[in-house]
Amino acid sequence: MIERPAALAPSRPALDARIPSGPLSGKWDRRKFEMKLVNPANKRKYTLIVVGTGLAGGAAAASLGELGFNVLSFCIQDSPRRAHSIAAQGGINAAKNYQNDGDSVERLFYDTVKGGDFRSREANVYRLAQLSVNIIDQCAAQGVPFAREYGGALANRSFGGALVSRTFYARGQTGQQLLLGAYQALLRQVAAGQVKLFPRHEMLELVVIDGRARGIVTRDLVSGAVRSHVADAVVLCTGGYGNAFYLSTNARGSNATAIWRAHRKGAFFANPCYTQIHPTCIPRSGEYQSKLTLMSESLRNDGRVWVPKQQGEHRPPDQVPDEERDYYLERMYPTYGNLAPRDIASRAAKVVCDQGRGVGPSGLGVYLDFRDAFERLGRNVLDERYGNLFEMYEQITGEDPHRVPMRIYPAVHYTMGGLWVDYDLQSNIPGLFVGGEANFSDHGANRLGASALMQGLADGYFILPYTVGDYLARGGLAKADTSHPAFRDAEAEVRTRVEKLLGAGGKHPADHFHRELGNLLWNDCGMARTKESLTRALQEIPRVEDAFFKELRVTGSGEELNQELERAGRVADYFELAQLICRDALEREESCGGHFRVEHQTPEGEALRHDDRFAHVAAWEWRGRDEKPVRHEEPLVFESVPLQQRSYK
Amino acid sequence: MRIALEIWRQRGPGQPGQFVRYEVPDVSEHMSFLEMLDVLNARLVEKGEEPVAFDSDCREGICGTCGFLVNGAAHGPLDNTTVCQTHMRHFRDGDVLRLEPFRAAAFPVLRDLVVDRGALDHVITAGGYVSVRTGSAPEANSILVAKPEADRSMEAAACIGCGACVASCPNASAALFTAAKISHLGLLPQGQPERSIRALSMNAQAIEEGFGHCTTIGECVAACPAHIPLEVISRMNRDFIRAVLTRRDERAPAVTVPVPHPHHRVVLVERAQK
Repeated sequence: MIERPAALAPSRPALDARIPSGPLSGKWDRRKFEMKLVNPANKRKYTLIVVGTGLAGGAAAASLGELGFNVLSFCIQDSPRRAHSIAAQGGINAAKNYQNDGDSVERLFYDTVKGGDFRSREANVYRLAQLSVNIIDQCAAQGVPFAREYGGALANRSFGGALVSRTFYARGQTGQQLLLGAYQALLRQVAAGQVKLFPRHEMLELVVIDGRARGIVTRDLVSGAVRSHVADAVVLCTGGYGNAFYLSTNARGSNATAIWRAHRKGAFFANPCYTQIHPTCIPRSGEYQSKLTLMSESLRNDGRVWVPKQQGEHRPPDQVPDEERDYYLERMYPTYGNLAPRDIASRAAKVVCDQGRGVGPSGLGVYLDFRDAFERLGRNVLDERYGNLFEMYEQITGEDPHRVPMRIYPAVHYTMGGLWVDYDLQSNIPGLFVGGEANFSDHGANRLGASALMQGLADGYFILPYTVGDYLARGGLAKADTSHPAFRDAEAEVRTRVEKLLGAGGKHPADHFHRELGNLLWNDCGMARTKESLTRALQEIPRVEDAFFKELRVTGSGEELNQELERAGRVADYFELAQLICRDALEREESCGGHFRVEHQTPEGEALRHDDRFAHVAAWEWRGRDEKPVRHEEPLVFESVPLQQRSYK
Repeated sequence: MRIALEIWRQRGPGQPGQFVRYEVPDVSEHMSFLEMLDVLNARLVEKGEEPVAFDSDCREGICGTCGFLVNGAAHGPLDNTTVCQTHMRHFRDGDVLRLEPFRAAAFPVLRDLVVDRGALDHVITAGGYVSVRTGSAPEANSILVAKPEADRSMEAAACIGCGACVASCPNASAALFTAAKISHLGLLPQGQPERSIRALSMNAQAIEEGFGHCTTIGECVAACPAHIPLEVISRMNRDFIRAVLTRRDERAPAVTVPVPHPHHRVVLVERAQK
């Protein structure tokens, strides 16, 4: 345990999640009824800042604008439509029970709590399952072209090993279509004059006045101008931090700077060590690799995962006879087989590759083989199911999965951790709300497939518009404008940081150091973590960070479009965040979901939780560059789903 | 392999630019096109020179952020593929490739290969949506959509908004982009109430932004990474003409109507607003 000086104990109970009392199924209704409402005539007097335009941010900005608030919407991309939600392939879960196969809000809730390995809040997850139903209605009404049955009703598929078909989808482009729905709703509010867009703007500081979030400082990525923006509340929906690992399935621009800046201003960072490593990504091909591409896990419905039984097998895959192949997922998990959850399938791939049985030039890959499925179902059926994925794979690797098995390897995909929020999605800084992947709220230690889109839209359309309004209606906001010293200080901090990066005076680009940091994190805080590896990482990261500030070169100036400068600023923040990730992983002396501590496993090699000591959220408080962060705990209480060991055998 | 690049360098909007030649002597066939540029940029920084600015984000062909001309072709030589998904195995040792930004009056160059495509957002803002309030949606299965219509709507909705259609059109028309949205929504029951006003407003906005008219050349379709079919433009024209000829929505903007001439030339007829 990290020491917690008594003198620094927070004055208010810092981690009160403010979960409404009463039965689980009535908590959200109760909360909504208790909320104060803003007089409609007064709504136009309030200004809200929403940072990020993905599913959560786009939906929140559109819905808040529609309610009559003035919304300033910021994104780093050239258009709000490009937020990384757009790349989600598989689908979105909802407890509609259209298939009459026994689904219900309770079952979706139960699956999500269990999938998260009992490290999420019951009340939040229950609300998510309830709202899932409204999301589908909302998106269908917007014209999201969901897949349909011949009778015209919405189609579903089963996803990620769920035993019911509750996933709605639009080809393999569900995230794109849901995002375009939110984007169009957002632009409708732009047309109505309710939302003002700030594309190509990066938030570089949060401004806190009298203990409340009152604005942000941004850098215009085209002109370089640093500007202050004042508001009555700030909503961050800026996505996850998987790019701390350098290689991930995230977009190149996805970054942690907005939430990290908020963390440094006092917002607690919860469960940073919970990172999801997705088992089906295309392996990297060389040092120049800039990102990893996900292949939808739906492929595991028909593909069989294997490696050669022998180390150093050099024959082409089709010449390895069946008796010399190890279909290791089928062997280790006979019930779920190739459909084992993401964390389990990823770890198993690492184990066989560590044994020297990995395939491909780097030895870091396993086969995903469709040979048997082609024989059983024929090419037409499989092409209908996966044609676009086969095409995409061939485009990237130059290999045709019809003839040779795909090669896959796990990659960082999603981060369950994020800024700590209460039931209202408000951080411990009043007036700072956090939605989507940027918060930590609903997925516990492992996110189930098709749940991220659900959470983003639930936060954006149906939770934040209520809770932000309640915050405003409760009053107490003093007048503020950008002449306040807090804004001037924040602007000065931004300028100082930009100058520091520009003046570093070395010769390597930021990517050079980012790659090194990523390797470090991947090796020491990736799929398997030990006390030793984490301690080593905590010593090594500051060394690379030092080198970064000494040997970095950022060309050009701050007063122009300067992509090197943008990257350098984000990498600088990753160094601090990476240390918090490792520290959190070191303190959490158990294995749960995506967090696997080698010291804590069952005799069969499965994740072993220690509920007596770790059934809590760990939320970290920033105490300054030279001080250790303080670890706070929010206990997790399981009343509806009894704690149990996950089993996918 | 060794690749020579002639890249358009321009410091800022409205400033003069020029082609500058660079060599990348050790390109791997497994690199993506943008990874080759990453390698070039890293070396430029090591030498203290300014790297080439270009946009990219997802690098999976779905976000629509990347895009420039490679030897005159939007997104490069592969049909229906974004430049981020174009790998170097499609090029040969010794190739000389000329990279320049998407050229269109409505897409001002911001720097090097980066252009401002905000005009496309403005076209959507003019009406590319269904006006439904958050929370007011009916039960999803109360709106039935026949599968063939749903599939065709999805086909049009797949547009990634990259602007390649504009860049490859001799008229710099945004017709394929605009028509994709008009078709996506117009094919669904949810899009019917605003179908006419949408066709009028979005087209008027496209002209306002400085995009040209469509003369059905079809270059856009060859360049489109999302396989948007040309038929969406016919559908848009039908919606547009119908909206003009039938009762006008009182909110409709004044529009310039392209009417096909008997000699297959396009003549513009100004229709006054009532």
